[in-house]
Amino acid sequence: MIPTTFEYARATSLGDALQKLKAAGEGGRLIAGGHSLVPLMKLRLSEPQVLIDISRIPGLSGIDEHDGRIIIGAATVHHDVASSAVLQARCPAVAEAAASIGDPQVRNRGTIGGSVAHADPSADMPAVLLALDAEIHIEGPDGGRVVTASDFFLDLFTVDMRADEIIASVQFTPVRSAAYAKLYQRASHYAIVGVAASLDVSGGAIASARIGVTGATSHARRLINVERALAGQPLSTATIESAAQLAGLELDEVNADIHASAEYRRAMVQVFTRRALSAAMARS
Amino acid sequence: MASPPVLPKLVGERVKRREDPRLIQGRATYVDDLKIAGMQHLAFKRSDVAHGRIRSIDVSAAEAMNGVEAVLTGAQIAEMLAPMPIGTPFPSPPHRAVAMDVVRYAGEPVAVVVASNRYTARDAADAIVVDIDPLPVVVDPEAAMTGQPTVIHPDFPNNLAVALVPSGTGVTPDGKVDDTAIDKAFADAEVVISQRMMNQRLVPNAIEPRGVVAHYEPGKGSMTIWSSTQNPHILRTMIAAMTGLGQDQVRAIAPEVGGGFGAKINIYGEEYVAAAISKRLGIPVKWVEDRSEAFVATTHGRDIIGYVDIAAMRTGKVLGLKLRLIADIGAYNMLLTAAIPTLTMLMANGTYAIPAIRTTLTEVFTNKTPTDAYRGAGRPEATYFLERAMDMLARELQMDPGELRRRNFIAPDAFPYATQMGAVYDSGDYGKALDLALEASGWKDLVVERDAARKDGRLVGLGLAMYVEVCGLGPSSSLPTGGWEHSQVTIERDGRISATTGASPHGQGNETTFAQMLADQFSVPIEHITIHHGDTGVVKQGIGTFGSRSQAVGGTALHLAGGKVKAKMARFAAALLEAHEDDIVFENGRIGVKGSPASARTFAEVAGYAYVPVPLPPGLEPGLSEGAFFEPANNTYPFGCHISMLEIDRETGEPKLLKLVAVDDAGHLINPLIVEGQIHGGLAQGIGQAMVEEAVYNDDGQLLTGSFMDYALPRATDFPRFELHATVTPTPVNPLGAKGVGEAGTLGSTPSIVNAAVDALSQFGVTHIDMMLRPEKLWRIIQGGQA
Repeated sequence: MIPTTFEYARATSLGDALQKLKAAGEGGRLIAGGHSLVPLMKLRLSEPQVLIDISRIPGLSGIDEHDGRIIIGAATVHHDVASSAVLQARCPAVAEAAASIGDPQVRNRGTIGGSVAHADPSADMPAVLLALDAEIHIEGPDGGRVVTASDFFLDLFTVDMRADEIIASVQFTPVRSAAYAKLYQRASHYAIVGVAASLDVSGGAIASARIGVTGATSHARRLINVERALAGQPLSTATIESAAQLAGLELDEVNADIHASAEYRRAMVQVFTRRALSAAMARS
Repeated sequence: MASPPVLPKLVGERVKRREDPRLIQGRATYVDDLKIAGMQHLAFKRSDVAHGRIRSIDVSAAEAMNGVEAVLTGAQIAEMLAPMPIGTPFPSPPHRAVAMDVVRYAGEPVAVVVASNRYTARDAADAIVVDIDPLPVVVDPEAAMTGQPTVIHPDFPNNLAVALVPSGTGVTPDGKVDDTAIDKAFADAEVVISQRMMNQRLVPNAIEPRGVVAHYEPGKGSMTIWSSTQNPHILRTMIAAMTGLGQDQVRAIAPEVGGGFGAKINIYGEEYVAAAISKRLGIPVKWVEDRSEAFVATTHGRDIIGYVDIAAMRTGKVLGLKLRLIADIGAYNMLLTAAIPTLTMLMANGTYAIPAIRTTLTEVFTNKTPTDAYRGAGRPEATYFLERAMDMLARELQMDPGELRRRNFIAPDAFPYATQMGAVYDSGDYGKALDLALEASGWKDLVVERDAARKDGRLVGLGLAMYVEVCGLGPSSSLPTGGWEHSQVTIERDGRISATTGASPHGQGNETTFAQMLADQFSVPIEHITIHHGDTGVVKQGIGTFGSRSQAVGGTALHLAGGKVKAKMARFAAALLEAHEDDIVFENGRIGVKGSPASARTFAEVAGYAYVPVPLPPGLEPGLSEGAFFEPANNTYPFGCHISMLEIDRETGEPKLLKLVAVDDAGHLINPLIVEGQIHGGLAQGIGQAMVEEAVYNDDGQLLTGSFMDYALPRATDFPRFELHATVTPTPVNPLGAKGVGEAGTLGSTPSIVNAAVDALSQFGVTHIDMMLRPEKLWRIIQGGQA
């Protein structure tokens, strides 16, 4: 890669990173796996003056479970999420989404925090975090705050974060009956359409459901009408079939590119909503 | 004393590649690894627009940067370099290494920076301000042929680079055309199938992009140029011609080359510019292409439309074939550009005896990256058009696709077989390859399996394709460079063997296969043999590696040179052993007299004697080093049959390749392991073309698939386990009987997969699908069929 000149600083703690980020001002950018940022720098579409490396901050990587909540450090690489025994057992949707990202090289460098902060419209992880009602834990100069995934993803590459903030972790209550299904873009292995579905099942009925979709619109979002159609219904293939029919209808502006038209994407939202729901049901 | 272990015969054995340890351990030297004291770095400023007139170029900010040695625009480069030559006999518009007035594709160089390091060079290139008045852009070759909306080269009306060259039945060498036979074929036919087919544009994507280091030494008046090229000797010839040096004054070196796939045959503007700047400034300079540049600045492949008409009787007998070709060659003619589609014409009739054939060819300029050879180079295109048409015919006739083909094969006793297209097929037995493919794949069982799957609502298809390709390129009448190869085999004083080959490998494994041949020829351990290549200072003569010619032509030259030096060594041995040279035998690292092994001398002893010959046997000169040129009398024509089984997801249109069986006949094989590796690579690229690869331009001439984020290469996980089989039909055109195999995988696989996809979707009334098999495209067929 032949980027423009930049300075590089390795942060030793979250506080150190915050301070370096503040000191760098507008020219500062965080780097962890670099799998979104470096390609942009290579093309000189991004020309940061200072890179602050947060990949080796102690405690920023790793997967823990506390009081029934899963905590994934922001600098945890996709491979570790994909291969986590805890996640595979307790919340397999997250592991399978991570396993579907890019290729082994990408999964061994790219991080969950980077994926979430970058908010690529086709990234896999945002859909899953929406379906799990995950929290994004953010640290800033004035302390920490928590944003739910539903409020976090705002627009194309736009999230509820200020330039001087850092994601510390994502946290959620694990759901066994959740799944992620995606249509691969064959070059990048991003999602043409990816759907995560999470079911709260009680006594043979769906108490509530959450659906996150990526790839279809400017940013990952929930399919509220499908969720409503599922709530309170008996858990059955027929329920899923009928609810999935609604998927995609509520999306007004659907992405189109050389890989897939808007019409096709909209149709695939239905297909993959049904597939994700079926897989989630199978886990219930 | 225990007798030494008996040396095994190596030819025909699965010897592991000797090249691989250094390649996979990161211990190989590529162009970008080279460092020379005082070396400066080049960066090219390239046009962002696909067509426009350069109004001004402001280099002042770039020149003012620290570390910038020089900034040169097209006009300054033109003072050093004439327009670039091409290697085909077609008329060609002037093509400057750096554009002067008009840019004709996005990515064309407009200026070059010389700077102390690569980063500064790139910064300076970014600081150059180019003002270009946009001109209308044309990216569709059939639109370009009307001359609208723009004419790219003023001397080429309607953008026609090559216009309507007819070939085939009824066309005489002086261009007279008699339509009687072809018209009669179509008049007599009971069935005529007509289809427009697109063979889409591909990006070659070698794992190592291009790169060059040019080092002109003013004191010696000579140039050394390192380049990631498939043919250092052609590079030497061209660099000498363009820089005004003699061929004796230029040494071209291809160090380790990380793949070429045909795109590193061409000699590029960047190579000429590096040489010219080094000569002008008297300093070594380096340029290394980055991946984004490689997508637009290295030649593309394929991009040819075929209008196919096939005329047949209901018995399946094909009477006639018309093939009208429109090749989109991009903005300029490169070294072999214009010749590639002529190979499509040459191979139009494939494995079939077709009574009347007519092909026409139009090559069209568009505002895209120029095309040139890409693995298969013209032959996959011919195979695709023909094998798709044959499949459509089989479907129309409701005939088994293998049976239809069998009814039209050139008979095994008809070889050598002169086609109407001007080829003389050396040897073949197409029925045998088909039979083996049907048997090995279990075709009958696959049909049952497919039909059962369909009953379950699954979309499963089977596809079959025959191919024959032209390989082992020579003789000289068919190549402007000369159609031979050269090798020098030297027995060193210590009994080890150094051999050179002009067939410069870039992944073909010649260091292994050629050493296997010499090990057997001299009965010495393979570890005692080194194959030198890729350096015109060491390898005195050569042509290069393309057209699957290394083994058939280069291997034969090596075999002949080895034979010569072996004969001389036998005379030294005869003198030493006081025997007749006809009684000398080379066995197990020793040279002795037939029937009396006890008297044998070691190989090294005889070698040592040849270099200190006291006494010198009468009639012999000292030393053991002999060279040989080999020019074949004809090309070779390998062939085969590929079978695919494919399933398409009914809901998403995603295709999945379930099975691929390849029967390839490349004649005698030196190393089946390497042959299989070559076939695997070819299959990967053939499958890639059918399923995932496509260079897409927008109407402004911008390459939308300009990175691996949007241009897909197939991954290992996309493939089933390849099932490979071989028939062996040796060629008579060289003593090895070897035909060549580097490109074979790209020929049959592609149409077999599309045939399988059409088969899978035939219930929806579809008879042809253009590549690539984009899921949405297939989904739309399924949707339309259900509607």
